[in-house]
Amino acid sequence: MTAFALPFEKIGKKDHARVGGKCASLGEMTQAGVAVPTGFAVTTDAYLAMLDETGLRAKIEAQLASTKFDDVVSLDRSAQAIQIRFRSHKLPAQVETVIRDYYNAMGDALPVAVRSSATAEDLPDASFAGQQDTYLWVVGADTVIEHVRDCWASLFTARAMKYRHDNNLGQIEVLMSVAVQKMVNAKTAGVAMTLDPLTGDRTRIVIDASYGLGELVVSGIVTPDNFTVEKVLMEVIDRKISDKHIELVPDVVAATTVEREVEAARRDVPCLTDAQVIDVAKLAKALERQNKCPQDVEWAFDADLPEGENLVALQSRPETVWSQKPAEPIKTSFSTGMMGMVGALNNPVGSKK
Amino acid sequence: MDATTPMFPSAYDLKAPAGAEGWEDLYPYYLKFQPALREKEDQKFWFCDSQHWPNPFKPFDAMTVEFAVKCLGQYNTRHYLVPPANGVDYRIHNGYVYMSPIGVSPEKIEARIPQFMERAGHYFQNWPTLLENWHKKVKANIDEMEAIEFEKLPEVVPVDWVKDGVGLDNTTALTENYDRMIQLIYRTWQYHFEFLNLGYAAYLDFFGFMKEQFPTIPDQAIAKMVQGHDSDLFRPDDELKKLARLAVELGVADALKDGSVDDALAAAGDQEGGAKWIAAWEAAKDPWFNYTTGNGFYSTDQYWNENLHIPMGYLRDYIVRVQAGETIERPMEALHAERDRIASEYQEMMSPEAAEAFQGKLGLARTVYPYVEDHNFYIEHWSMGVFWKKMRALSKLLHEEGFWPTEDGMFYLDRNEVRDVIFDYGNAWATGGDWAGPTYWPAEIERRRGIIDALATQAPQPALNNPPEVITEPFTIMLWGITSDSIKNWIGGDDDSGDMVGMAASPGTVEGIARVIRSPEKLGEIQQGEILVAPVTAPSWAPVFGKIQATVTDIGGMMSHAAIVCREYGLPAVTGTGSASSKIKTGDRIRVDGNTGKVTILS
Repeated sequence: MTAFALPFEKIGKKDHARVGGKCASLGEMTQAGVAVPTGFAVTTDAYLAMLDETGLRAKIEAQLASTKFDDVVSLDRSAQAIQIRFRSHKLPAQVETVIRDYYNAMGDALPVAVRSSATAEDLPDASFAGQQDTYLWVVGADTVIEHVRDCWASLFTARAMKYRHDNNLGQIEVLMSVAVQKMVNAKTAGVAMTLDPLTGDRTRIVIDASYGLGELVVSGIVTPDNFTVEKVLMEVIDRKISDKHIELVPDVVAATTVEREVEAARRDVPCLTDAQVIDVAKLAKALERQNKCPQDVEWAFDADLPEGENLVALQSRPETVWSQKPAEPIKTSFSTGMMGMVGALNNPVGSKK
Repeated sequence: MDATTPMFPSAYDLKAPAGAEGWEDLYPYYLKFQPALREKEDQKFWFCDSQHWPNPFKPFDAMTVEFAVKCLGQYNTRHYLVPPANGVDYRIHNGYVYMSPIGVSPEKIEARIPQFMERAGHYFQNWPTLLENWHKKVKANIDEMEAIEFEKLPEVVPVDWVKDGVGLDNTTALTENYDRMIQLIYRTWQYHFEFLNLGYAAYLDFFGFMKEQFPTIPDQAIAKMVQGHDSDLFRPDDELKKLARLAVELGVADALKDGSVDDALAAAGDQEGGAKWIAAWEAAKDPWFNYTTGNGFYSTDQYWNENLHIPMGYLRDYIVRVQAGETIERPMEALHAERDRIASEYQEMMSPEAAEAFQGKLGLARTVYPYVEDHNFYIEHWSMGVFWKKMRALSKLLHEEGFWPTEDGMFYLDRNEVRDVIFDYGNAWATGGDWAGPTYWPAEIERRRGIIDALATQAPQPALNNPPEVITEPFTIMLWGITSDSIKNWIGGDDDSGDMVGMAASPGTVEGIARVIRSPEKLGEIQQGEILVAPVTAPSWAPVFGKIQATVTDIGGMMSHAAIVCREYGLPAVTGTGSASSKIKTGDRIRVDGNTGKVTILS
């Protein structure tokens, strides 16, 4: 059955193929009881309707046929041409209606984030995060619809096309879903990895955190505070506090987000309390358990929610770097019993320096 | 570092403080740095064991050093042939004990392995039955010591003895009983180490395995997986908690709140339900009030059963908390669940082969580990409590006979001199002449008291001479927490940052007001919510752990008493800082980070 949109709480396992990695994960988190801002997925069915009911597919295929992927100029020209074609077509009326209805059901002129949720993204071996678009603080159904189309178009940036070409993922075969999600009024936000990204150490959770929305942390524009938590004992074992000079905050009047300088008093003090660090770590650990592999979690503390309920997960995806490495054999065999003891006595651990 | 300048001073350059001249005569010749051996002794690295002997000890008390350290050594060297480690050599200098582990030369280690496997292996394979037997042996010694009484010599030998043709006099029992007490406590100290070294060995194996699997795993996480929660070591404190709750239930709590112990017990007894509570109190006393506020190594140790105001004080604190609706009992089920959670979460992060080895090593460590905690009650508290009680009675007897002016005079004599005094006492009694002791000992004891008091004015050096490149002796690492890193901390501890680094012994971070406590008599000064800072703590300080929010010690490793108790009571602890108790002053605001081992003076 076709469904142009699915609210997060209704995304089942069978729907994963048509909502993309990000929405699938938001759906799973929502159903597992994790605090996730509400929203819905514009499914790949909607994307397919866009391709097939507007005649876009034929035009894109024709453009692709003439693209020389190893020629930067040719690739760039094709990418631009395809994106212009997307933007010059209206969405099929039925799709528009569904998006409008779902958006209006979320609230009156509610600010939302519109994010791409590609079907090939978020797989452990195909991370090209950030290559598709994200639009923050979007207000009004018309703007939402416009940005859904922008997300679809962003599948055809030169970089994304080249990546798919090099990895034999197909071009028009890769489908795009879009997440429309209630905007978080983030007081602090960031990323939590359920392993140490520097060493692959799975006994640690490493958290980057800064003021405002997490985008500046993800994009590396601000040097975040960095906390390390021991995963089993759930104890903060390291804190590196940085000068967090700017924050991304909503400009309500302009219905957009703005970068703002952080005042001196807040810049170089920890942006999270230890208790908040532990809350974020617990959230990340729960998501790792739920997904059965190390996770890379985006989270935020929402200033509009009451204390104790204000930590939300925005995204959780498999960690892609260390998960791909075969576990290094620490030791080929373990001496057990008395021989193990002899070994331990002859070479006590404190002596290894 | 200049190659010619040792990191720590030589014992030969460490002079006694003024007034302590001649201290050497107070201790056995074989425990001193002999001038003729300087070259040899200066080659060795010695660390001060202020964990067990934080203060200069009297000549009689030096026996605890001798018996404990000798008996530790015998098991490594002669019973189990621990492949790389013999015993620990030790010397007394300026009233403190300095230790130097004796390794096995590398070419001899291999040959000891089969012997170790057979001997130690037998213990690991038969742990429960051998341990059951251990309890019987230790208890038999306690019973025998309890049965021994020292009696003043009568005017004449009882007439029955004469008529029965006994043919012996009353000095016989006196001399034999004294000798027997020394023999019994010597045996007890051998039993002390019969299992302990093996317990540490199994723990060390598990510890090393975990560090190999997870190089950054906190030491305390490893300890938490093994640590038991129903140890006999915590039983005395648990008994007081039960008594507090029972007092509230039976309605006798308010009667217990004021006055002397006798008054309080009498008042409680008058209440309805009072008899039941008094019966519970009496039942708890034997054996659980055989519990010292010290560590069992000093004749001055105060045991609960001889100083009932101590447990009564703790009981009153607990009663107040029960009446305020607090839960004072430790959540045993939650603690056990937590221990299993930690183990299973680490196991989940292991390969299947590693997980199998983990199960084996964890299983063994958990089998042997309870001894590491439990023995302390049976030896240091119960056995030593009985021993000191009997020795104090003997000292008092001889004081009453005029040998010394104070009841504790005997402890200024060494154990062999006491034997002489007993002979002197019986000798003149037999001849009908005069005892020599009452003219000789009072002045001599006064001289010795002056020396001991003078020694106590000077703190020990943390170590002597140069440490080895790396510390490899397993027991030094496990028991005393001495590693190449901790030695560096002792030296580098003098930076200006106000930070001290020790072992992260029990997790959590707090800020609060410091209370520096140098002896158990001062425990009463601790106020609710303060941070306890001490050279060393004893497990029997447990009842004050309900008041404090963290502990910092100068001395001790992961397995030190402070570390064990803090993990048990869920308080942050940093141990082995080297000098926190002298750098921190009562009233300072400090931050204790039990996760990283850092202690910071804030103001």
